Amino acid sequence: MSADDALTVALPDSIDATMRLMESANYVADRRLATAVFLSLRMGRPLFLEGEAGVGKTETAKVMAHALGRRLVRLQCYEGLDVASAVYEWNYPRQMIEIRLAEAEGALNREQLAGDIFDERFLIKRPLLQALSPDAGGAPVLLIDELDRTDEPFEAYLLEVLSDFQVSIPELGTVQAEEPPVVIITSNRTREIHDAVKRRCLYHWVDYPDAVRELEIVRRKAPRAAAELSAQVVGFVQALRGMDLFKVPGVAETVDWTNALVELDTVALDPDTINNTLGVLLKYQDDIARVEGSEVGRILQQVKAELSAAADG
Amino acid sequence: MADNAGNGRAPTRGRLAENVMHFARALRTAGLPVGPDRVLDALRALELAGVRRRDDFYWTLHAVFVDRHEHSAVFDEAFHLFWRDPGIMQRLLHSMLPQLEQRRPPEQRPEVSQRVAQALGPQTKPGRRDEDQEVEIDARLTVSEREQLRTRDFESMSPAELAQAKRALMHMRLPVEDIATRRYRPRAGGGRVDLRATLRASLRGGGAGIPLRYRMVRRRRPTLVVLCDISGSMSRYSRMFLHFVHAVTNDRDRVHTLLFGTRLTNVTRYLRDRDVDAALARIGQVVQDWSGGTRISSCLHAFNRDWSRRLLAQGAVVLLITDGLDRDPDSSLGAEMARLQRSALRLVWLNPLLRYEDFEPRAAGIRTMLPFVDDFRTVHNLQSLSDLAGALSGRRRRAA
Repeated sequence: MSADDALTVALPDSIDATMRLMESANYVADRRLATAVFLSLRMGRPLFLEGEAGVGKTETAKVMAHALGRRLVRLQCYEGLDVASAVYEWNYPRQMIEIRLAEAEGALNREQLAGDIFDERFLIKRPLLQALSPDAGGAPVLLIDELDRTDEPFEAYLLEVLSDFQVSIPELGTVQAEEPPVVIITSNRTREIHDAVKRRCLYHWVDYPDAVRELEIVRRKAPRAAAELSAQVVGFVQALRGMDLFKVPGVAETVDWTNALVELDTVALDPDTINNTLGVLLKYQDDIARVEGSEVGRILQQVKAELSAAADG
Repeated sequence: MADNAGNGRAPTRGRLAENVMHFARALRTAGLPVGPDRVLDALRALELAGVRRRDDFYWTLHAVFVDRHEHSAVFDEAFHLFWRDPGIMQRLLHSMLPQLEQRRPPEQRPEVSQRVAQALGPQTKPGRRDEDQEVEIDARLTVSEREQLRTRDFESMSPAELAQAKRALMHMRLPVEDIATRRYRPRAGGGRVDLRATLRASLRGGGAGIPLRYRMVRRRRPTLVVLCDISGSMSRYSRMFLHFVHAVTNDRDRVHTLLFGTRLTNVTRYLRDRDVDAALARIGQVVQDWSGGTRISSCLHAFNRDWSRRLLAQGAVVLLITDGLDRDPDSSLGAEMARLQRSALRLVWLNPLLRYEDFEPRAAGIRTMLPFVDDFRTVHNLQSLSDLAGALSGRRRRAA
């Protein structure tokens, strides 16, 4: 970001202000999430968001970065994530050239060479180190995405970073953040994260939104959809979430589906269109087979009945 | 007045602090891992968030005290029980105002501690709970009646038996290869050049020449998920299997155990207890369907729905211990087995009741399940853990 980035917004001073802030970035947060976000910002604690896929966990971090005018540093976790790809790496080819050059010049002073080789010039900063480095636009938002995908050794490493906001580089010393970054950790709970990590964080379980909030989200994320269609889509998805499916659709799927229906010039749901586009919503063949056909018709009728009852009442 | 309260610095000193501390204790008694550090966090959080709205108060404490989704329900109940007195919020606000900070009349203290004692105590007056909570309790009782409720005592294992079991387990090899991780360890002559170690070594030598250092991929044992049948037909073996699982749990990491009869119970936490008798005693209390019938299909369904994504993510081996005799076999058994096999790295079925190597599976349940098993082990004369470990280590035999 540019140096004259005066857009950095002050941290919100109340839960209401946090809700307004998130709303200004087009994120419809419920009060529970806003409470957790607010506390995490004010207490300088990492926020641990857990929940099913597609409920807006990653989006929370992006929105916070955007709303606060901070840089977003994202660390995508995977199994075997190590220090070299998460924190820093030395630029070995350049270091080797440096050694050869020193040799060629004949000036082989061991101490000096070591100092020259392990210089910041040769340091490649990975996300965690980037997040701790000073930034003109204020401390960045550090998103540690899908922590459950990595393994225990990395979690253990993360403890030092999360509690003191510092990392040690043996050749250089300790790097400590002048201003701690805003840390948001997400997990899909494919594995239980160790309590030691959670203890350093504020925890929030992100649930599926209720119909009112989901409708608001669809309105914002799929503005081209007709009002009737949006209401039907939300009603249909909410009904699916009540069923015993292997993977019920998340909010991301709701928005995708609405956009897909808009592309198909749909103004109101009908069984055929639903059957043809079910793959946008459900990602397991067993689930699709259960819902497809008569079940779709039944749910749709129920949704329409509820909507018309709501309109009359 | 109340508006000032939210940002005031008083709460840490007032009655609120005391109550939050008691509340934390109540949560701890209810089984949430709430340390003293959390109480301080909670007070700071309340100072920041303010306590003007009940839901803010609730979610602020929730953010600090809860760190697992399963604990949310416990927290919810404890919260409403502890802070249910409608007057308490009023008094809370008052207690935070600086001018009312002076010592309260002593007669109010017993009342508070009594309420706390109530929240802490095991029996709460049912009359004071809301109605739906009562209904929930009723529902649970009727379910329990249908199942055979029995709490089992476990005989303890002799030290000699234990020692023998441990020896056997040390040599046990599951019919699966270790998984290659993306981590490396140094090794002379290993596959790849370790640039970092190479550079360090080169500097040690004064930069004259660059001696290569190598590293190779680290391997680890796959996660093991044990699904163990504890129904009546398996009762002879239950104790031994639990000893087996306990030994495995304490021998390696990433072992998860779920028991099933008519319902599915995750007992991993109890098995982590070092003392096998203590662990099994706890399990005996927790599991409600010892020696009853089996509903393999519905239990597998529950596993697939609630646990498979949480436990099988990073390549897990599933060890299914059951005789395959389903009380009410239905068409969904095959589908559930298929889903289980697809989610697991490998599905190993250990059947202790089939006595012959070349048996003819006659029971419908067994025939339905067999095609979905990667590895099938029958064990005749299964008397000890060493037999079991031996059977599991044996050569791979593809089922059907």
